[in-house]
Amino acid sequence: MQLELTEEQLDTLIGDVQSLYGYDFGDYARASLHRRIARLMTVDRFVSFAELRYKINSDKDYLARFIDMVSVNVTEMFRDPAFYRALRSQVFPVLATYPLIRIWHAGCASGEEVYSMAIMLKESKLLDRSIIYATDINPTALGVARAGIYPLSQMQKYSENYMAAGGSEEFSGYYTAQYDMAKIDGALSKRIVYSTHNLATDSSFNEFQLIICRNVLIYFNQVLQDRVFRLFDDSLEGLGFIGLGSKESLRFSTVAESYHQINAKEKIWRKGRK
Amino acid sequence: MAQGEKIETRQRIVLIGGSAGSLAVLLVVLPLLPRDLAAPVILVTHRHSGSDVLLESLLSARASLPVRDIEEKEMPQPGVIYIAPADYHLLFEPDGSFALDSSEKVNYSRPSIDVTFESAARAYGARAIGILLSGANADGAQGLYDMQQHGGTTIVQDPATAEVDYMPRCALQLFSPAHIARPADMAQLISSEVSKMQAPN
Repeated sequence: MQLELTEEQLDTLIGDVQSLYGYDFGDYARASLHRRIARLMTVDRFVSFAELRYKINSDKDYLARFIDMVSVNVTEMFRDPAFYRALRSQVFPVLATYPLIRIWHAGCASGEEVYSMAIMLKESKLLDRSIIYATDINPTALGVARAGIYPLSQMQKYSENYMAAGGSEEFSGYYTAQYDMAKIDGALSKRIVYSTHNLATDSSFNEFQLIICRNVLIYFNQVLQDRVFRLFDDSLEGLGFIGLGSKESLRFSTVAESYHQINAKEKIWRKGRK
Repeated sequence: MAQGEKIETRQRIVLIGGSAGSLAVLLVVLPLLPRDLAAPVILVTHRHSGSDVLLESLLSARASLPVRDIEEKEMPQPGVIYIAPADYHLLFEPDGSFALDSSEKVNYSRPSIDVTFESAARAYGARAIGILLSGANADGAQGLYDMQQHGGTTIVQDPATAEVDYMPRCALQLFSPAHIARPADMAQLISSEVSKMQAPN
């Protein structure tokens, strides 16, 4: 990084964004947030911290860009295939017993994992009675999710992930190729509702049987992680499931006692004692 | 926050980065590290996702120190070897604890050695020892230079001993490290550099 960004400058910027726009990054994990903002300064060619601060304070249209650059939107379809295999074999049979299945995908970024879920639900003949609420802090990423258009160059990798996740159909049947892009089958979107939701400040909006939140909590400090776990706990039915990223854990949270991990390797917990 | 003051009293830390050809070096160096090494040893190597278990069990079998998985927000413990997980960048919070980040690849790599070294430079300053091994990628050179600029001790594998000398050569083109070392001498060098730093109080 060419420009040094001090901890004090980072605090100043967090304060500005909070007071001007209501986005609270105060309880984000510091090291990663520092990297994101240093990266933003490089990519958008700010010559000084003062210039970035002036832009944030004077150009409200820049906020969307700021949020887009500060949040991490790296994702892929069927990321960690074994996680999806475990969902299909251990969670879906339980979901199948409900007349209406409500799933919350919190921090869905550009939606690749939401479509992965929709594909698996369809193959298990559960999609028609499911609703997936897909939320993210970043409206730009949600726009990509809603459009369901991804680089065609990714599809080879996604197809491999899909098969490793236990998929048995032709993966290419789930998208149409146009030039160098792939448009995900519109039928998969019919049961998906997209909305912005900020885990740092917004509250519970429904009750779910399954909450997916992967590689989001690693960007939060302990205080915010606990807030989010309580939010999830409030939003989860008794005997509901929570699925996290491969390096995330519910173990150290204040709600840990009310959950048990259903699979030794995959990060899936179920509400209620074993 | 009074970060400058805290770093003086912080735990010491050893970071080793490498890519192609680095495993053979690790298998020489890690078994020779003293059991009472007063710093954690963090390994950042390029490999494919899903190969974590293999590398860990191989190193566990040979290393003199225990090899452990990294848990996010955990404080690295002295005398323990940690392996950066595949598909995440490894960072350090201002208090020195581990942080993971699944953002864009850097130098076509995740974990990127540059990312971890740069973060260690900020969090550990002069309390960090960085070592760059064999590799076919420029990743790590800039980060090691950052560590040196923040007062850290830098060691580059002697390119003449590297299976792939591109990575150490990139570092040597950028700056002069404190040491250029052969694999056979590295364990002793790490141990003496750790001892030179004052123990945390």
